[in-house]
Amino acid sequence: MQVDIIIAGFGGQGVLFAGQLLAYAAMDNGYHVTWYPSYGPEMRGGTANCTVIIADEEIGAPVVGSPQVLLAMNRPSLDKYESSVKPDGFLIINSSIIDRPVVRKDVHVINVPANEIAEKIGDKRMTNMVMLGALLANLPLLSIETIVSELRAHLPERHQKLIPANIRALTEGARFQLEPV
Amino acid sequence: MDMLGEETIVYERPATLTDLSSHYCPGCTHGIAHRLAAEVLDEMNFRERTIGVASVGCSVFAYNYFNFDFVQAPHGRAPAMATGVKRVLPDRIVFTYQGDGDLASIGMGEIVAAAARGENITVIFINNANYGMTGGQMAPTTLPGQVTTSSPTGRDIEVAGFPIRVSEMLSSLDGAAYVVRRSLHDPKNIRLAKKAIRAAFEVQARGLGFSMVELLSTCPTNWGMTPVDAIHWLETKMLPYYPVGDYKVGPAVAEIKI
Amino acid sequence: MAKELLKGNVAIAEAAVRYGLEAYFGYPITPQTEMLEYLSKRMPELGRVFVQAESELGAVNMVYGAACTGARVMTSSSSPGISLMMEGLSYIAGTELPAVLVDVMRGGPGLGNIAPSQQDYNQITHGGGHGDYYPIVLAPASIQEAIDYIGLAFDLSEKYRSLAVLLIDGSLGQMMEPAELPEMQPVRAAYPHWAARGATGRGRIVHTSIYLNPIEQEKTNFRILSRWREVQANEVRFKEYYLDDAEYAIIAFGTAGRVALSAVRAARAAGIKVGLLRPITLAPFPGNAVRELAKRVQSLLVVEMNNGQMVDDVLANIHDQTPVEFYGRPGGNVPLADEILAEIERIVKGKLTLNGHPRDRWLDRMLTKS
Repeated sequence: MQVDIIIAGFGGQGVLFAGQLLAYAAMDNGYHVTWYPSYGPEMRGGTANCTVIIADEEIGAPVVGSPQVLLAMNRPSLDKYESSVKPDGFLIINSSIIDRPVVRKDVHVINVPANEIAEKIGDKRMTNMVMLGALLANLPLLSIETIVSELRAHLPERHQKLIPANIRALTEGARFQLEPV
Repeated sequence: MDMLGEETIVYERPATLTDLSSHYCPGCTHGIAHRLAAEVLDEMNFRERTIGVASVGCSVFAYNYFNFDFVQAPHGRAPAMATGVKRVLPDRIVFTYQGDGDLASIGMGEIVAAAARGENITVIFINNANYGMTGGQMAPTTLPGQVTTSSPTGRDIEVAGFPIRVSEMLSSLDGAAYVVRRSLHDPKNIRLAKKAIRAAFEVQARGLGFSMVELLSTCPTNWGMTPVDAIHWLETKMLPYYPVGDYKVGPAVAEIKI
Repeated sequence: MAKELLKGNVAIAEAAVRYGLEAYFGYPITPQTEMLEYLSKRMPELGRVFVQAESELGAVNMVYGAACTGARVMTSSSSPGISLMMEGLSYIAGTELPAVLVDVMRGGPGLGNIAPSQQDYNQITHGGGHGDYYPIVLAPASIQEAIDYIGLAFDLSEKYRSLAVLLIDGSLGQMMEPAELPEMQPVRAAYPHWAARGATGRGRIVHTSIYLNPIEQEKTNFRILSRWREVQANEVRFKEYYLDDAEYAIIAFGTAGRVALSAVRAARAAGIKVGLLRPITLAPFPGNAVRELAKRVQSLLVVEMNNGQMVDDVLANIHDQTPVEFYGRPGGNVPLADEILAEIERIVKGKLTLNGHPRDRWLDRMLTKS
């Protein structure tokens, strides 16, 4: 078993942290995992992305050409990665700010108005958690509870008070589950 | 029959100098500089806690003549190497012995950075206005108009720019605690030079920061002069351009009485 | 100790601390800077030495100075910074001192870029600095290996009074993986007999790399080479995957090695009997293992993130007995597993040759493609 996930968006959307939470959760659930970031000038206000690979054996390549899952936080991410997603894979779209439909017909598309949901919860920074909730619902590898316990373990002290909002965001996101095919 | 009475030793080799004849040319003042450093380290009883850093140039073999631990740096890098030794062994006395090509040309980055960091090391800087080891080429300290093997018609400031006054320059750095220039051209100045070297090691021993003694020196062989003429040239040509003096004496340093 | 999710650069830095690192000197350069940043806090916390040097020249010569005192010392940098350090590395080697260097390679030549690369293979394994010297070069492919091999680097470096280099690429420095750090070990209490720490109650110790008498220099070079022969006899390390029944084999190190592993698995799933030999010591190079492997397989494929550097060491060891192909992605590109799989399929289907250099054939294919 190996699942390749690319999470991509603007710098500041919490793309790298969402990926790290997944990686922590995968590790604590006994999986092999790699987290590979875009680094360098890209980090400074431009686009950010990371590749998370979760497997049940030693992981080879830490970068992939065709992920099973793309979590697209913004339009440039969709434009860049849409064509690369594996047939039958998942495309989780932040439909709040992605203003075009997905062209591919051979992938599962989950549209999540993540910005609106986050704003309704009262904190725009929760967008990444809404998206992560949707990913977990459609890729039942790791539970929301696992992610919550990783948040408790890895959020800096000053952000611990945001955990209830994070839980709401994850739960709201998880409602965007595709009907089983 | 005891015509002379009991013998008194009035002059001998300092214990921290090895019993070797040096490779330095006749009349060269490196020997004086070595002896002064050795006398000071003897007087301070520092032999067992001193680590010297030799540079590249005529003094590359300084480690042959000093009877304590010594390491030998790449050209210009002695202050960095001394930093590595001193940071690991902060209670030892660490000094570099560098010429002007080494310190003021290829090693300008390392000396400035070490002084700026206030690195608690001592630098003995030999300024003889040329590259001695390689046969007398123009150095950063070569005077305007001075003939060397690579400035055969005299240093042309239009082409080769101006000499660097290292002591003046380093004295502008806050990290430098003690920066002075002395000269080795006569006994009085040699005694003053020794006093300065003593002060510099005191600065280090008290942890006050970076200390450097620049020593104006002769290079009779490469200057193409007799030793006596070389001393005269130092006095009349170098001293006006490189005045002896105390360029930086930090407040804590000023309290040191020698 | 439990596994933690660790970023490569940070993991190496903390592992070095736990293996008794006494002094670190460095200079910022992407993609290794996290090591410098991490140690700027960690070393003073433990009362150990940290200096951000004025340049890589400064850093490597601070390492040189500290190495003279017998301290466990290291620096880290990335390709252009490593080039600046070459002078000091040659001096350290010529003075026969132990010191550890981490090179987090990026794309080049020149300023290049900050993306992952293996462009420094030749520079690190075959010199770079002047003269006859032989650094021990370890190439981890995971963060766990990076942790383990930084400890090994210190041990081997001190055992053989030699430079030891941990050679990784930017991806390994930047990525995170679960790994286990070692227990904290105390810094050494006793120093080797050659350590220059002040001549207390003994004669002086001098560390230098100058031997004006060529005969003395020759003796020194023989001594360095003899030590290297011991390293070659005792310290070769490599890892094998799926080689028992392999008809084809890939040779690749570091990140290229782990990407190759993915390709090997995919090829196996398609019924192709291919395996992987991943050198862990690039120097000493596992020449015997490569030679023996070459006898057993129909063809070798060397994969690197450069224009083909290790491939020459492979060729030098197999003496034209087995066809070799090369696939590389230079300039800061990480090959995808699919690209390597395509190469495996091409080799299985294609006509193999012993004529010409595999690098030439590869370049022709690459230029036709683009």
